[in-house]
Amino acid sequence: MALRYLKGVSTLKLDVDKCIGCGMCVEVCPHAVFKLEARKAAILDSDLCMECGACSGNCPVQAITLKKGVGCAAAVITGFLRGTEPDCGCGDGSCC
Amino acid sequence: MERSQKVTLLMPKETPVPAGGFEPASSEYAFADRLAAWKARWGINRYRLGIKPGLYALEGPSAGSPVFATANYKPSFDALRRNLKGVSAWLLVLDTKGINVWCAAGKGTFGTLELTRSIRETGLGKLVSHRRIILPQLGAPGVSAHRVKAYTGFSVVYGPVRAGDIPEFLRLGNKATPQMRLVRFGFEDRIILAPMELVYFGKYLLPAALLFYFLGARSDALLTVFTLLASTALAPALLPWLPGRSFAVKGAFAGLLGITAAFPLLRLGPLPLAARVMLYVPAASFIVLQFTGCSTYTSLSGVMKEMRAALPAQAVCAAAGLLMLLGGVLWR
Repeated sequence: MALRYLKGVSTLKLDVDKCIGCGMCVEVCPHAVFKLEARKAAILDSDLCMECGACSGNCPVQAITLKKGVGCAAAVITGFLRGTEPDCGCGDGSCC
Repeated sequence: MERSQKVTLLMPKETPVPAGGFEPASSEYAFADRLAAWKARWGINRYRLGIKPGLYALEGPSAGSPVFATANYKPSFDALRRNLKGVSAWLLVLDTKGINVWCAAGKGTFGTLELTRSIRETGLGKLVSHRRIILPQLGAPGVSAHRVKAYTGFSVVYGPVRAGDIPEFLRLGNKATPQMRLVRFGFEDRIILAPMELVYFGKYLLPAALLFYFLGARSDALLTVFTLLASTALAPALLPWLPGRSFAVKGAFAGLLGITAAFPLLRLGPLPLAARVMLYVPAASFIVLQFTGCSTYTSLSGVMKEMRAALPAQAVCAAAGLLMLLGGVLWR
């Protein structure tokens, strides 16, 4: 049974005009969100996106934008308490 | 124009290259390694598994041998080297502060700058004749392959998600199949996380259960233990079958299952039982909501969205349960 998270929340955006069809996004995405068709990238299913930012960071022409982050409730709470962005604090001896 | 400026600004300073700066490594996976990995899963010495960053020579590599990058977290390093049996290779261990590849990539410590620094400081370019470095795919959130190329001349090749696929990846001539590129969250991947959850929340809930027991609240002691087990072990196991997409909703159902399992052992009237449901279900919901951080498919936007709804709902529900309990005590 495939696990799917909430619908319609991902901030992933692809500017097809900027895309040069290099295929890096297809390669780095751990959820197969992208495909390559007619020498351009296309978003197959943005609901599968976990906003890890691998695609945007590896796009050589900045055709992909998203609000990168870690989908972790503990990180959101930590960030809220410290008044910072969500921070998983890994390495401070706390979580993942 | 703007981009090239950015590149110059981010370029790390050149540092002197230490001569012959590498250490030997083997692909042997011994009992002690297995034990360390098992202990890490139970949270024992987990944050003391950092190994020395730098370059390692696996089975006498030559100038033509492949280069693999990994994190300086022992289980990450072990997963890489044990899957390179019979392969001579260079292993570049980045300083990720003892954190695994994916988490470190999310934080950026397994990232472009650390990779660039590491390539320079180890003098890798003088040791190998090619200009390719194989990274675990889950390092990609922290790395910009094109920037690494611009800074160091090395081309980043993203290998498979799982180190276990490396032999097949090498056999295919450094090609990862679409299946190798997908992260999974199957039963085994989920249940392996349960001990850590159990240890983390058990730290608070087991003493609470003991306290309830000694105060004579036997039912609450039982419910606390069952809620702990339901939310940290049962929920990961049953995740795909628990209703809803939201972890808070899945957690509420896991909590109900826990209470149902405890029910034959409880000595409670209908109203006190209802009050307990109002208290323990939101508790389970809250704990399972934290499991989003361990899952491999939740997004920050999604977690924020469900937290905005779930946290107030959990608080209101638990407060109502407490009021019912207090009301019941005063009524008597």
